[in-house]
Amino acid sequence: MSDAIEVSNLTKTFGPTIAVDHISFSVREGEIFGFLGPNGAGKTTTTRMLTGVIPPDEGTALVLGFDITRSPVLAKQGFGVVPETSNAYTDLSAWENLMLMGDLYGLPRSRSAERGSELLDTLGLLERKDQKVQAYSKGMKQRLILAMALLHEPGLLFLDEPTSGLDVQSTQMILALLRDLNRAGTTIFLTTHNMEEANRLCHRVGIIRAGKIVALDAPEKLKTAIDRVHKIEVSFDGKVPGDAIARLEGVISANQTGDKWQITAENRDAAIRSLVTFSHQNGAKIVTLNTLAPSLDDAFLRLTQGAHP
Amino acid sequence: MNPAGYAAQVRRAWAIARKDIHIYYFKGPVLIFGIFMPVFLFLAFLMGSRQLPLSFLIAGLVGMTLFFSATAVSPAIFPWEGSAKTLERLASCPITVEAIVLGDMIASTLFGIGITLITVIIGMALGLSLLHGVTLLVAILLAACCFSAIGMLLAVPPTNVPSNIMMLSSLLKFPLVFISGIFVPLEQMPSWGLALAVCSPLTYFTDLVRYSFTGSHFFGVWIDIAALGVFMVIFTAGTMYLHKRTMPKRM
Repeated sequence: MSDAIEVSNLTKTFGPTIAVDHISFSVREGEIFGFLGPNGAGKTTTTRMLTGVIPPDEGTALVLGFDITRSPVLAKQGFGVVPETSNAYTDLSAWENLMLMGDLYGLPRSRSAERGSELLDTLGLLERKDQKVQAYSKGMKQRLILAMALLHEPGLLFLDEPTSGLDVQSTQMILALLRDLNRAGTTIFLTTHNMEEANRLCHRVGIIRAGKIVALDAPEKLKTAIDRVHKIEVSFDGKVPGDAIARLEGVISANQTGDKWQITAENRDAAIRSLVTFSHQNGAKIVTLNTLAPSLDDAFLRLTQGAHP
Repeated sequence: MNPAGYAAQVRRAWAIARKDIHIYYFKGPVLIFGIFMPVFLFLAFLMGSRQLPLSFLIAGLVGMTLFFSATAVSPAIFPWEGSAKTLERLASCPITVEAIVLGDMIASTLFGIGITLITVIIGMALGLSLLHGVTLLVAILLAACCFSAIGMLLAVPPTNVPSNIMMLSSLLKFPLVFISGIFVPLEQMPSWGLALAVCSPLTYFTDLVRYSFTGSHFFGVWIDIAALGVFMVIFTAGTMYLHKRTMPKRM
């Protein structure tokens, strides 16, 4: 599988501040790549460099095989962009915005009209296509921006916080469309703060902190890599001796919170087997038993600790 | 078709021009600024200087109309679009900065020509005879392109506050009107005034319009056309080069 994006030593400075500091990574064709980081870490600056909005000070970025600095038009022809802030022309209707995009991407007018109708229908905007965008809600504007980015059927899609501040309906609609697009082969570069969204959507995530990439892996691998100690939550239908639980094989510690026991274990399998045996021996039925894997939130917080000023 | 080729980029520039005309030029305040302001300046001058013939004043009126209409909106488009983030949308599309500037210039040129032709028609309706129509059309076309490039040059400072640019624009545009032979015939100007006048493209346009209506001129017709052509090329190349440099600073 070849790379849709290849970033090498990409750097951007604003005055004395190094916003992006010699980062290198790649995004494979056909994958959903999540780009995560706290505010001010350099996510948007990186995305703007990759989409040719601002030039890098150092390094190179190959987007769909084209150097974004040397061949910006050829690179841009192949991707679509959904920025965080809606930037459709509010004095134009949704339809006029789409036709403008079609013209800017060199599509024949008949193709633009056909694609525009399809996308507006899919995104639930067809009935209001002739209304000026200034009357649209935030969710509608964001759906329109997505339609504008998809009009020319790009092989690569950049999205910056596409569901930020949207209602559940718009969020679900957009996420479902992204999954469908990816299944059809579109590579997706997704910048987000929403760990759950990244966890559910992304094949791999990159975490940027203070302008540097601090982690780059599949979400599940990242989660397990940050914590060697496993947590198990168990509750019984009666009272059990706490000190006995703490002495079970594989268990490091056991703390009662409410009617549950929070157990830390080095070996999750051994600890669960011990707990099952323990419940038989003490005549206490297990009511609930959950293994608490570290979440992507945990991984993110651990990897970006101290990143905030 | 190669999307980075000239033909594709000119088509995309035309799309930008259509968008500009739709969004920015078909607005009441723009029309008022483009038409009424030169008309009122002309009327004020006519009432104050009754000894000058209408055939002289029409050149000034046409000159001011084209100059003000072609530079009325274009300086503010980049700041408006920068603050609305639509410029970022354009920057991520497969269109060069030069093509975006060209699109803005085309819109501004067409608007200027349209408004100016109305003024010419009104002048003819008032009894003035057009002696050299082709010369006038060539002059209007060249000057409209030149003034549009001036309008885009005024937008080069990378601010996204339109009022800053409009203030700068007024500071430059009004003095240019006074040194371009609109209110004082070039023949009556002192040498220092004439030295300033030859630096203004509006001078050559006004001279061509005067020739078109009266048959008399200060410079030769070909000198006027060549000067307008040179100014147009220099301003167009300059504005494209400078916008390419300053565009990332607007983002």
